[in-house]
Amino acid sequence: MARFLQSAGLLGILALGMVLPGWLELFTVYEITIYLIMAVLALSLAFVWGKGGIMCLGQAAFFGLGAYAWAVAAINFGPGLPAVAIAIAVPALFAAVLGYFMFYGRINDIYIGVITLAVTLILFNLINSTSGPQYRIGAALLGGFNGMTGVPTVAWPGGMPLDPGEIFRLTVIVLVASVVAIWAYLRTTPGKVAIAVRENEYRAELLGYNVAQSKLITFTLGGALAGLGGCLFANWGAFVSPTIFSLVQSAQIIIWVIVGGRGTLLGPILGCIALQWATTKLGTQQVVQVNLVLGVVLAFFVLVVPQGILPMITKALAAPFARKTKPATTESQA
Amino acid sequence: MDFASVLMIEILGSIAILVLISIGLAVVFGMMKVINMAHGEFLMLGGYVTIYGTNHAGFSFWVSALILAPIVVGLIGLLLEWLVIRHLYGRMIDTMLATWGISLALVGGMTMLVGNTTTGISTPLPSVSIGDFSVSGYVIFLIGLAVAVCALLYALFKLTTFGLLARATTQNADMVAALGGNPRRIYALTFGLGAALGGLGGAALAPLTGVIPTIGASYIAKAFITVISGGSAVIAGNLSASALFGTVGQVFTYIYTPVIGEVALLLTAIVLIRVLPKGITGRFFRRSI
Repeated sequence: MARFLQSAGLLGILALGMVLPGWLELFTVYEITIYLIMAVLALSLAFVWGKGGIMCLGQAAFFGLGAYAWAVAAINFGPGLPAVAIAIAVPALFAAVLGYFMFYGRINDIYIGVITLAVTLILFNLINSTSGPQYRIGAALLGGFNGMTGVPTVAWPGGMPLDPGEIFRLTVIVLVASVVAIWAYLRTTPGKVAIAVRENEYRAELLGYNVAQSKLITFTLGGALAGLGGCLFANWGAFVSPTIFSLVQSAQIIIWVIVGGRGTLLGPILGCIALQWATTKLGTQQVVQVNLVLGVVLAFFVLVVPQGILPMITKALAAPFARKTKPATTESQA
Repeated sequence: MDFASVLMIEILGSIAILVLISIGLAVVFGMMKVINMAHGEFLMLGGYVTIYGTNHAGFSFWVSALILAPIVVGLIGLLLEWLVIRHLYGRMIDTMLATWGISLALVGGMTMLVGNTTTGISTPLPSVSIGDFSVSGYVIFLIGLAVAVCALLYALFKLTTFGLLARATTQNADMVAALGGNPRRIYALTFGLGAALGGLGGAALAPLTGVIPTIGASYIAKAFITVISGGSAVIAGNLSASALFGTVGQVFTYIYTPVIGEVALLLTAIVLIRVLPKGITGRFFRRSI
């Protein structure tokens, strides 16, 4: 029943996404598109952290690499499918190499968080220092802290670039397809192993599963998805800058997941959209700093609602029926 | 020969800076197993206290940097420990996230208070010439300060009752409680000490870099890498990791650019953690503190 409702809901969202750009003002379409692009990023962390149990504090690294890879590839090879493939492959490869060192080195959770965050911050510094004409990849100037402007928008095979409404639809399709793909993946054997590793790493290992390999696969897939989000982001604004690697950006992803509910896929998406909407609204006033609010929200949720909003709501909704079917709660601590 | 000694001082200086930015983090991590994401902001606060103490309150630079900054930031640390952190002991990941929240809130709060511009303070010591070359006298002071901080910490942990209790709490907090100690108070004091050391570090670095509310971000990656690679022994781990990374970073900075130095530092750390997952002191200097 729940599964049917979820599928119907997703189809509904998909249908709504297809018709919505025709109804709304262009500005609103633009604004909602960025929320949805960030939701792809939130989903990638929901997969890596919530489902795979890998606390990656530097998911922004893969997002940013995807955006930069798209920009560089699109300028050099034209804004077609090869550039999209590169924008996914570069962050995936980066995740695979980083993951190899971390997981095969048997580093524990907390260190993984710190290392991924440190990598992100160092990428920030690295890209920030590339202003000057000598830093170019092919025809693409990296532009340092000014970022890269005039990034081409993805085009139909005929050469026609997508308009904002089409980017919106593309983003909705990517988001829904990613959710479905993750659900499907979690039902395959590697997906189930990933969950087993999250639940109890030692038990999974004693049962003969290759924990490091499983984590590496999860991490790489998450990196690829974040990269796809980054690719969409570069398309959305025709612009990338080093701030996508910044500490605040990294923190926001974590906050979306925490607030929405780690362990769920839809919670982080909802958390992301709601919080982005709220920060946009906060950004229009001058009294309170956005960072202050975000920080307080993060600390508050960790202290008071550590499981997040969505699990709290579903628990509350399920409470009247709880007598018949005892919910199989799997309290997962990352 | 002159050049070699100048390069030597530069390397020692970059080691000293690493020690100063990460020792507070190392104390909190090594003693309490808490990764304090707000450490960068403690450094930032230390810098601001120094600048305000010197430029507005009329203290000399040395008083504001060496006394005022650690005390004020230490008190802020105690307050935050009481407000947030004490509820989360034993939940490493949650503490880490909560301190990240504190970090963002401190950045936001300071931006509201002082705005988003860099405030500077002049370097208080003249440069020293060695043959044809000259080095900043302040770098030499930083080296001395790092040595003094390590020596004092060593004395604190080895010679005082608080140090004994702190080390015992690290080993087995329940046992300490059973024997009449108060682990809660020791944790609070340790966190305050870590914050105070952060304040001192930030204060000492303020003349080099200036201070801006977001400056914590530029320190925190290096501080984390140093502490993680050092392992759980506070002083030995911090010193050995700082020595390794300070040398690598400074040599690459000298040959290429500061950013390449930073990347080289990170790559060294990732390879190191692959070889020694428990950090340097997980394998070497295991019996030290």
